[in-house]
Amino acid sequence: MQNNAQETERLRQYKKRSQLGSVCRRFAKSRTAMFGLILLIILILIAIFCGFFLDYEGEVIKQNVRERLQFPSWQHPFGTDQFGRDVLCRVIWGTRISLSASLVIIAIATLFGALFGALAAYYGGMVDNVIMRVMDIFYALPFNLLAICIVASLGNGMLNLGAACVVGVIPGFTRVFRSAIMPIRNQEYIEAARACGTRDLRILTRHILPNAMGPIIVQATLNLAITILAIAGLSYIGLGVEAPAPEWGTMLSDGREYMRNYPYLVIFPGLAIMISAMALNLIGDGLRDALDPKLKN
Amino acid sequence: MGRYIAKRLLLMIPVILGVSLLVFTMMELSPGDPAQIILGIRATPESLAALRTELGLDQPFWVRYFNYIWNALHGDFGESWRSGLPVLQEIMVRFPSTIKLALGSMALMVLVGVPVGILSAVKQYSLLDNVTLTGALIFSSMPSFWLGTLLILAFALGLNWFPATGGDTIRSYILPWITLAASSLATLVRMTRSSMLEVIRADYIKMARAKGASEQRVILRHALRNALMPIVTIIGMDFGKLLGGTMIIEQVFTLPGLGSLAITSVRQLDVPMVLAEVLFIALLAGFINLFVDILYVYIDPRLKSQYVMLRKVRR
Amino acid sequence: MDEKQILEIENLSVEYRTDEMLVRAVNGVNLRLKRGETLGLVGETGAGKTTLALTLMRLLPRGIGFVTGGSVKFDGANLLSLREGDMLAYRGKLLSMIFQDPMTSLNPVIPVGKQVAEVLELHNEAHRTKEQIEERVDEMFRLVGIPPERKGEFPHQFSGGMKQRVVIAIALACEPRLLIADEPTTALDVTIQAQVLAMMTELKEKLDTSMIMITHDLGIVAETCDQVAVMYAGEIVENGSVEAIFEGERHHPYTEGLFGSIPRLDIETERLRPIAGAIADPSDLPSGCRFHPRCPHCTQRCKAEAPAEHVVNGHMIRCHLYEGGAKA
Repeated sequence: MQNNAQETERLRQYKKRSQLGSVCRRFAKSRTAMFGLILLIILILIAIFCGFFLDYEGEVIKQNVRERLQFPSWQHPFGTDQFGRDVLCRVIWGTRISLSASLVIIAIATLFGALFGALAAYYGGMVDNVIMRVMDIFYALPFNLLAICIVASLGNGMLNLGAACVVGVIPGFTRVFRSAIMPIRNQEYIEAARACGTRDLRILTRHILPNAMGPIIVQATLNLAITILAIAGLSYIGLGVEAPAPEWGTMLSDGREYMRNYPYLVIFPGLAIMISAMALNLIGDGLRDALDPKLKN
Repeated sequence: MGRYIAKRLLLMIPVILGVSLLVFTMMELSPGDPAQIILGIRATPESLAALRTELGLDQPFWVRYFNYIWNALHGDFGESWRSGLPVLQEIMVRFPSTIKLALGSMALMVLVGVPVGILSAVKQYSLLDNVTLTGALIFSSMPSFWLGTLLILAFALGLNWFPATGGDTIRSYILPWITLAASSLATLVRMTRSSMLEVIRADYIKMARAKGASEQRVILRHALRNALMPIVTIIGMDFGKLLGGTMIIEQVFTLPGLGSLAITSVRQLDVPMVLAEVLFIALLAGFINLFVDILYVYIDPRLKSQYVMLRKVRR
Repeated sequence: MDEKQILEIENLSVEYRTDEMLVRAVNGVNLRLKRGETLGLVGETGAGKTTLALTLMRLLPRGIGFVTGGSVKFDGANLLSLREGDMLAYRGKLLSMIFQDPMTSLNPVIPVGKQVAEVLELHNEAHRTKEQIEERVDEMFRLVGIPPERKGEFPHQFSGGMKQRVVIAIALACEPRLLIADEPTTALDVTIQAQVLAMMTELKEKLDTSMIMITHDLGIVAETCDQVAVMYAGEIVENGSVEAIFEGERHHPYTEGLFGSIPRLDIETERLRPIAGAIADPSDLPSGCRFHPRCPHCTQRCKAEAPAEHVVNGHMIRCHLYEGGAKA
């Protein structure tokens, strides 16, 4: 009898480990993933609070010809650019632009991607065909080309760049979500829910989406990194954020003219892009391993 | 097999039509009056009106679209609004540079990425594996234009080993190749590694070992081909990404390719140029993708026999 | 060493070590097998049967599975101290193995005939020519009941039962001394199971091969085996002739539990009596007797002290109940 009591106790404890808990535990165990998370938290804090210790008008975009093109020093740790602006201040402010822009872009794209993917996978047949063929058209165009066309038709600027990124990311999201939802749709518990008379919307939101969450989260995180790179890239070729806003890609592009003699102008903004993208990549990989330990090698 | 290729080619038609319609519509939305762009600011209202009629701009959207497609099918993509030269001619001038850049990067990516990924999987957890994974992480987080800039700083301006700009010699393509390949290469290495790791754990690999096959034989004869199957598809899809990447790389290294042409034409609102170029790139990516898919059918006996069997049934 | 013994396992222990845990999968196993005989290795999933088989093949996952003690003598040689290069000559030639799932045991991109031919090419001491090898492949296909014309086909063109026949052809192509069959029929339909088993037994007799049959199906054991070893949590808890295990009165409580869990035609019972609880967690083995948390006869001594191997009526039982040869 005592054995049985021990056994039930053991089983009870076993059940306590929820799925979310074990995912978090696995994530926390990965040193690289935690490193990425810490980096991201620091970047987010910088993005949120840079307004408190930096004066946008006075320090970030104000030109100061007397101090132009100074090498890194105590006073200007990252040096100053061709207009005498402190590069460190601009790089810090750039965090806000890149992070917030990519977050908004991915949030919108995830919403649409999940919607299209769910519709295609859930209804199948004609709906699936139409959605996926339209996505094929977008997929046939390399991302940069699509973005260029959109910016060409809508005009330059951050908002249009964002729209271009959203449109560029949606097809990939739709595909991932569709293939994440597809196998769930055919599971018995969906059949069971339908047999109980559950409405489609409820099945989608309560039964299907929660089970497809894993790949969606991973895809969104990894695409945040890709979007940060894309924003910088499009700004670099002059299609995105306009001067004097301190966008990293624009800063790099502006610094090119002077890079032979003032290489720090192109090194620091690039480093900022890389660190942000790396933090997100580390988190994305960590999440993927934590959500599906089978995939971990 | 011929049937499969024909089917795939047919499937490409609606996609290309869709792309053309999409881009045609977007260009329609773009600000600016084509006649004004062609004739300049000092043109008289009469000449502007005459040109509009000549270009067919007074006709409805669908008529113009179908005219465009009809002419394009006959090899006439119109004239550039800026230079007045036939669009196709300009594209053909720029094409060799871009294809050199893209194919060179693809070759670099495959030749380096696949072996490194396999070695990394075979020596899992070794120093090599760790270095590879860290490298892959760094390169996939690096913006290509920054990597290109750094390479120029170090190897062109600093060490003077390669030219920083222009595309006259093969030497001047080395840095662009590396830059363009880097991020796709990083992804390919990781994909190859995980594909290989998955295959190594398969039962048929245990079976091959149980037969007394040496480790080398197990990897080369039994694991490699299976591990490469998913990789081939990825390489095919990456080609489109590389073509897109050429735009930025050509800016960094000031190469005279399609990418820089596209950016200039978009900035100048040169609609016929942009349209033709987008179609051209979409077609190119589509063909390479098709080529890779056909290759895939040859590698995977399951698919191959599927088509062979289909043929038998139809007979 | 007894001439007739083909395999002698002494006090063998195997561990799996990962970042997260240490799993003691095999603990102090002793086993002997005579030439031409079949040993049935039975036990629940996770008892360490497959680990034992992989240890004999020296195919434990590298960097994770380690032999921590004991010895394995096979045909006079100490398998565990062989260099990897020498081991290659044993695998597939003297020792071969059939894996559990025929659906995944064959390489999907190589024609089945070539997969059979490969093992012959790898162990081609007789310097057979290509044609002779092909002849032998045809012969093996006929032996396992597949028309040799199908040897150019790929695994996906075969059914599960046919695939397992191909696997058996590979395993027996070099007429090995010892065949390890790891649940060879678990993944097959019942009717196919019987066919495959009958064929295996027949071929084994013909080639005078010894066999270790790993299974959790006691019916298969009764049909095919000469000797039975019952495994629990990495230990052999009972080991004897098939008659002693199936017919004798005195058994390890775990064996009694196993037999209580299968339906019988000759005894009328209301319902089956499953063994309470789940198999011991090999990363956290219980103290004393590994079976004590589930044992209906558990005493204080069982919790503290691991039982020794006791010989009862000519077969081995690892249980305190049989100390001195009698049930207390």
